Formats: sequence, C-alpha cells, structure tokens
Amino acid sequence: MGVLSILDRERTIAGPGFSRWMVPPAALCIHLCIGQAYAFSVFNLPMTRLIGIDHSAPGDWRLTDIGWIFTLGIFVLGVSAALLGRWVEDSGPRRAMLTAALCFGGGFFVAAAGVHAHDIWIVYLGYGLIGGCGLGLGYISPVSTLIKWFPDRPGMATGMAIMGFGGGALIASPLSVWLMARFSTPTHVGVEETFVCLGVIYLCFMIVGSAIVRIPAPGWQPAGWTAPATPRRLVTTADVHVYEALKTPQFWLIWWVLCLNVTAGIGVIGQASAMSQEMFPGRVTAIAAAGFVGLMSLFNMGGRFFWASISDLIGRKSTYFCFFLIGTVLYAMVPTAGAIGNVGLFVLCCLVIISMYGGGFATVPAYLKDMFGTRYVGAIHGCLITAWSAAGVFGPVLVNYIRQYEVGHGVAKAHAYDLSMYIMAGLLVVGFFCNFFIDAVHERHHMGHGEPQIAATAGEGGRA
Amino acid sequence: MSERTRGTRTIDLLLAWGFVGIPLLWGVLETVKNALKLFR
Repeated sequence: MGVLSILDRERTIAGPGFSRWMVPPAALCIHLCIGQAYAFSVFNLPMTRLIGIDHSAPGDWRLTDIGWIFTLGIFVLGVSAALLGRWVEDSGPRRAMLTAALCFGGGFFVAAAGVHAHDIWIVYLGYGLIGGCGLGLGYISPVSTLIKWFPDRPGMATGMAIMGFGGGALIASPLSVWLMARFSTPTHVGVEETFVCLGVIYLCFMIVGSAIVRIPAPGWQPAGWTAPATPRRLVTTADVHVYEALKTPQFWLIWWVLCLNVTAGIGVIGQASAMSQEMFPGRVTAIAAAGFVGLMSLFNMGGRFFWASISDLIGRKSTYFCFFLIGTVLYAMVPTAGAIGNVGLFVLCCLVIISMYGGGFATVPAYLKDMFGTRYVGAIHGCLITAWSAAGVFGPVLVNYIRQYEVGHGVAKAHAYDLSMYIMAGLLVVGFFCNFFIDAVHERHHMGHGEPQIAATAGEGGRA
Repeated sequence: MSERTRGTRTIDLLLAWGFVGIPLLWGVLETVKNALKLFR
C-alpha cells in the first residue's frame, strides 16, 4: 500500500514549474518499446530453426504456427485496450504505464521460457497474451495525459507518441538481429537470450517512462493560452462518458473511418516488397525492395507526426478528407504507374499512402477528443482500437486473396494487384462519406445530462 | 499533494529527450542505410 501509493493518480500531479515537454518523452518511452511488435517478423525464420539450427528440422515449429504469435499479440492489443481503457483512465497514467511495462517485459521472459522448453503454447501465452495486454495498455495509457497537457496542440502531442509506435520497429529490427548474432553459436540460434535481453531493456525503458509522467493540476492551462471563447462546431468543451460514447453514431462513424483508412494502408504494407518486385520484374530487385520497405517505415513514422500536427491547423475532419481524397487518387494511380513502368511514380504513391496510414492512427485520438471531450478520451480510444484489429484482418485478406484469384485466372503477376488497388480506392470513397456524415455529438450524451453524470464522480478529481 | 516541488530544469529535458531521441535516431539511421539500397 505504502510503496504502491506512488502510482496513485494524485501522486502524479505535476508541481509548479513542471515543463509539459517532459511528458512526450515519457509517452515515447512506452510507444518506442511496444512498437517492437511491428518488427516481430525478424524472429520468424530463426524460430523455425531452433532444433535444426541452419535448417528446419523435423519437430521444428512451422512458419504458420509462429505467425500466430504476432496475430494473437495484435488481437489481444485490441481487446485489452477496449476492456481496460476505463481502468487506465481511472488509475492514472503511471499505474497503467507500469502495468504495461510489467506485461510487455514479462511477456518476453515467458516467451523466452517457451523457446527454452520448445513449447509454442508458452510463447503464445507470453508474447501473445501477456505481452498483448502490455501492448494494449501501453498504447492507450499516455494518450489522454498528452491531450490534457497540450490542449492547444492535441494532434501534435498524440502524434508524437504514436509516431513512437512506428519508430519502435526501426529500433527493434536491427537491435534484435544484432542480439541474435551475438548469442548465436553453431549449436544455438540465440532467440531465447535475445527475448530475455529485450524483456530487460523494454522493462527498464518503460519504467523510466512511468516514473517521469505527470498529469496537470486541475484547471491548469498552458501559459498564454486560453480556450477559444467561441468553440468550433466540431470541437466540444463537454465530456461524454465512454459507455455513452459507444451509443453515438459519431463513435461508429469514426470507427469505420479508422478501419477503412487502416484497411487500405495495411494491405499495401503487407505486400510492399512482393508487389514492387512483381509489378516491375527485373527492375526492382529483392535488395531494392527491402530498401523500399525501409523507406515506407520512415514515411509511416513521419506521417504520424506530420498529419497529426497538420490536423491542429486544418481540423480533424478536413485531415481525414485529405486522406480519403488523396488516397483514392493515389491508389487508382498505382496500376497506371505499373502499366507505364514508372517506378518513381509507384514509390511516390506508396510513400504518400503509407504516410496517411500512419497519420490516420495518430490523428484519431484528437478527433475523439474533439467529439467526446478529454475526460474519457483514453478509454474511448481503447474501444476504437478494435477498428485496427478488424482492419488487420480485412486489409491483408483483400490484397492476398484478390491477387491469388487474379493469378489463378491467368492475369499476369505485374497486373495482379490492379483490382486490389481499385477496391482499396473504393473503400476510401466509402470512408470519405463516413467522415462526411460526422457531426457534433448531441448534448443529451454529454456528462451532466442524466444517467452518465453518476459515473463522473469516479474519475479525475473524484479519486483524489 | 504533488510529489514534485521543484520545477523542470533544462538538463531534465535534455536527458529525457536524449533518452528517447538517441535510440530513435539510431533506428532511423539504420533504416535509411537500408532504404538507400533502393537507389543503387
């Protein structure tokens, strides 16, 4: 009780003179670590050779079995974010971030035990289930804190954190490869030790984040900033309870906006390497394709900060209109780029598309804050993450199966992606209309109007 | 009551941003090195 009280929400209230610019690094400590999930594929091949070492021996895990580790982790991310969002809001960022650290770091230790025992189910339990909870908790825990510290630039603030999730893979990928090289021997692949090292590194890093995070004192505002006297039509000053938000059409329209934007982007990310080589046979080599994938990772990360910051200037709705309009044109241009053999145009289209994919993730917390207020934005964001899980299934399935269908019906590989790209463009048109119909939340949903008022007492301030 | 009474010093900010910025910069540079292969 005594020691753990440092995790209490009231103990994280910033004192006078605390700089709000300490909070983005705290959030980045979490997101740079959990972004490792995007780089998990570097373990795929080594984990198929745990027994055979330089080849896959009988008894070694199959690639399809290993693929489930990442899938389970992302699935649990969505579920835990949705189920634990309310707890995160009520417990405060420090407790939530520390719990995320223990789950994510601990997940690696359990997964290492699974590799040691050569039992895939222990790895599923470790990285997939326990680590997945860490992913979900970590993803949403800094969001509402950042929005409260940066009421003048909520898009930029959350964009910075969510940029970290994109950047985490850039660190984890070379780090994991380097660690495996250090620990591998002629009789050992080195995955187990690498998992332990990553668990220690991520645990320490995330604990630092939870130690330096602070929430602003009630009524705090940035120096020299006052809330606009006449709020914009789509920016509410009221709060909506998380359960009430789920009853609004706005929540579900934003859910589809995110889902469709991510579906389109994830389909390209998953196939970027193969697509570039098949659309330009003989011109884009496997090495160049790997470089292209790296370039996409950079644009995915940069787009998160760029578009979320732009949304502070032009508004969230306009930003998503940009994604859907520009995205539709660019997806429709990809087959043309392939047909005329213009690699530069193809690369440019994909890079802008992927920047908007990242931008969609980074802009959505501020969109939710505009619609539903700051009080439960973290919990509402957690519920919205299920759109990501759904898109994670739709996107790759659409591209993979349509490509397979096209090739099976005699379409040349260079043109096997054309139909997928046009379908993605069509999905973005649907997304455009979902975004078009988003309007301000009716005031009957606001806290203080009837039933949701009861829950207001359990939140910030009420827990002091 | 807040647990923190003194204000944030410049060194605190530098340490905090360096703690996250240096690994991120390393990751970005490694990725740029790989990405350059596209143009070779």
